[in-house]
Amino acid sequence: MLSINNLHAKIDDKLILKELNLQVNAGEVHAIMGPNGSGKSTTGHVLSGRDGYEVVEGSVSFLGKNLLEMDTEERAREGLFLAFQYPVEIPGVSNMEFMKAAVDAVREHRGQEAIDAVSFLKKTREFCKAVNLDQNFLKRGVNEGFSGGEKKRNEILQMMLLEPKLCILDETDSGLDIDALQVVAEGVNSLRSPERSFLIVTHYQRLLDYIEPDFVHVLAGGKIVKSGDKSLALELEEKGYGWIEASLSGAA
Amino acid sequence: MSEVLKQLYSDKYRGPAWLEAFNQQARSQCSELVLPGRKTENWKYTSLRALEMEQYQPLAEKPALVDHDLAHLSIPQLDSIDLVFINGYFEAALSSDLSMLPQGVEICLFSEASTTQQTIILQKLGGAIEQNKHLFACLNSAQLSDGLFVNIGKNCVLPKPLQIVHINTGIDQAYAVNQRLLLVAEQNSEATVVERFLTDDDGPAVFTNGVSEFYVEADARLSHYRLNMEQEEALHIGNISALMQRNAQLNSFSLGLGGKLKRLDLTVEYRGEGAEAKLNGVYLTQNQQHIDYHTCIEHAVAHCTTSEVFRGIVADSSKAVFNGRIHIHRDAQKTLAQLSNKNLLTSNKAEVDTKPELEIYADDVQCAHGATVAQLDDNSMHYLRTRGVSEAEARVMLSFAFINELINDIKLSAIADYLRPELVNMFSTDDGLKRHLL
Ligand SMILES: Nc1ncnc2c1ncn2[C@@H]1O[C@H](COP(=O)(O)OP(=O)(O)O)[C@@H](O)[C@H]1O
Ligand SMILES: [Mg+2]
Repeated sequence: MLSINNLHAKIDDKLILKELNLQVNAGEVHAIMGPNGSGKSTTGHVLSGRDGYEVVEGSVSFLGKNLLEMDTEERAREGLFLAFQYPVEIPGVSNMEFMKAAVDAVREHRGQEAIDAVSFLKKTREFCKAVNLDQNFLKRGVNEGFSGGEKKRNEILQMMLLEPKLCILDETDSGLDIDALQVVAEGVNSLRSPERSFLIVTHYQRLLDYIEPDFVHVLAGGKIVKSGDKSLALELEEKGYGWIEASLSGAA
Repeated sequence: MSEVLKQLYSDKYRGPAWLEAFNQQARSQCSELVLPGRKTENWKYTSLRALEMEQYQPLAEKPALVDHDLAHLSIPQLDSIDLVFINGYFEAALSSDLSMLPQGVEICLFSEASTTQQTIILQKLGGAIEQNKHLFACLNSAQLSDGLFVNIGKNCVLPKPLQIVHINTGIDQAYAVNQRLLLVAEQNSEATVVERFLTDDDGPAVFTNGVSEFYVEADARLSHYRLNMEQEEALHIGNISALMQRNAQLNSFSLGLGGKLKRLDLTVEYRGEGAEAKLNGVYLTQNQQHIDYHTCIEHAVAHCTTSEVFRGIVADSSKAVFNGRIHIHRDAQKTLAQLSNKNLLTSNKAEVDTKPELEIYADDVQCAHGATVAQLDDNSMHYLRTRGVSEAEARVMLSFAFINELINDIKLSAIADYLRPELVNMFSTDDGLKRHLL
């Protein structure tokens, strides 16, 4: 599904990702944890093709294709989805218009039949219910005036509509109360399938209680410094990141 | 008088005798004024050269009405009282029957005014404008031969919006149109007025000098739409002035598409406490077009509230000028005034000159102002693209969104519904890029 090899990336001449390696196979759920500023969001941005993030070394292949050669929209149409840590507010574009534009673009690319307005509305309303977001949010500007939790649920709603192959969730659980957290987890779990993979960036074990990861990685200083199974998350919860950093500097 | 002024000025206008003294006074005022140039502060960024390129002479008589198809010019969902002027001349056949107006509502041409109406017109006309500061308004007065008078009586409500449509058509000569509206909304009355300026497809060489004066008396509520949607060949210099009495409310929306020369001056003067004005505006310029909005709010008394939001999208090699003046006089304590002007530049050859001008002489007031000139937001652009939307479509969606916030805010939904597709169409000729907005 996704293969990141020796990735080095910088912002404004500052090297953020240093020798990042990660393999994600179809159907797997990977959790990425790590201290603030370690490069988790940067990884998501680089994978989404954001301007200003320059890959200086390494390669990324996605479903057998060179991801780094694709435009942002092409990546999305091929099945990469990034749930933003800070979803963007776009007043003046309604949530509904926005999602219809997205779904139409993605379906067209995948050779699927265009979805008519009525079926789309029906489907969207159904998903609204699933993520516990009032239907009025469809008429409002994209994320405009949404609370933090509403924004995150709106990201999950989009994910459900776009049916991606690889879902990257960047701290979707941060700032959520326990109910909202369950909504997010249920959204993710409803999409789990042998063809779909997840990369879940989180600081907390509690999300992983609901979404059981196959692998847990610790990202520090722009690279993965430790990988393990779900028990690693429990260990991190207990001990923090200090012991990893200590063991790393001890080894150096 | 300068050459250009002499050219614009014509004795051919023959108004009714009762207006002569008014004309004469403006005429002598005009002769003391000079044509604004680069050094004139209020005209620094707007050149009048386009006026010199043709001989914009007033039409001596009403041209024969060509059988134009005007149906596509109507606003579908707007149920309104319509008054249609073609090339400056009233077309009764295309206008609503005014005999059905409710008691207390008077609408008439100056040329058909009763002696009582003449008296009111002479009492009010020119009174809301500082003619010594507004040469073109003065010029309008000097050669005024006819105009439209609207009086909404005390406690009366205009049952439907009044839509005044000015259509200029291509004829075989360049010509000038001197347009005038005088509206009095008496105490506790309510009215909605839509002024639309259009041209037909021939792209006429016309110069419109338009002046609208509003008297909003105590507790009266006026909604005003000023839609300048002419093609770019048409020149327009317009002056809209409102005098607001105690607790009067003005809700104003302006739309301006660019042209060779387009300049609008909006002035609101508070004469009574507790009055409020909300002024929103949108302007869009393309090609080599130019547009200039000068707004001026005179907070002469205490406890008045102004909220003003203008947004412009400036494309290609076009140019937009915005000057928002708020003048808070010494006695205007407890004034609330907010002014925002945001501009979106969609080309690096486009130009915007924006200046908020706050002059405050009272100490207990709350004022905020801001002006920005920017390009499309990278974050929004990226966000849309991460959802699969193409860059080209995202560009159209985000550009339209920039003004759609103000379109969404329009009270009269028929106007918003009419404007939305009209404006969306300006952002692309490719239907595929507009399909999610139409
Ligand atoms: N736009 C930017 N310009 C410069 N430095 C940035 C920018 N965005 C992030 N960084 C830096 O990159 C590093 C990694 O940030 P980020 O990927 O957001 O971390 P995380 O998501 O793991 O908390 C931090 O040191 C941060 O300060
Ligand atoms: Mg982050």
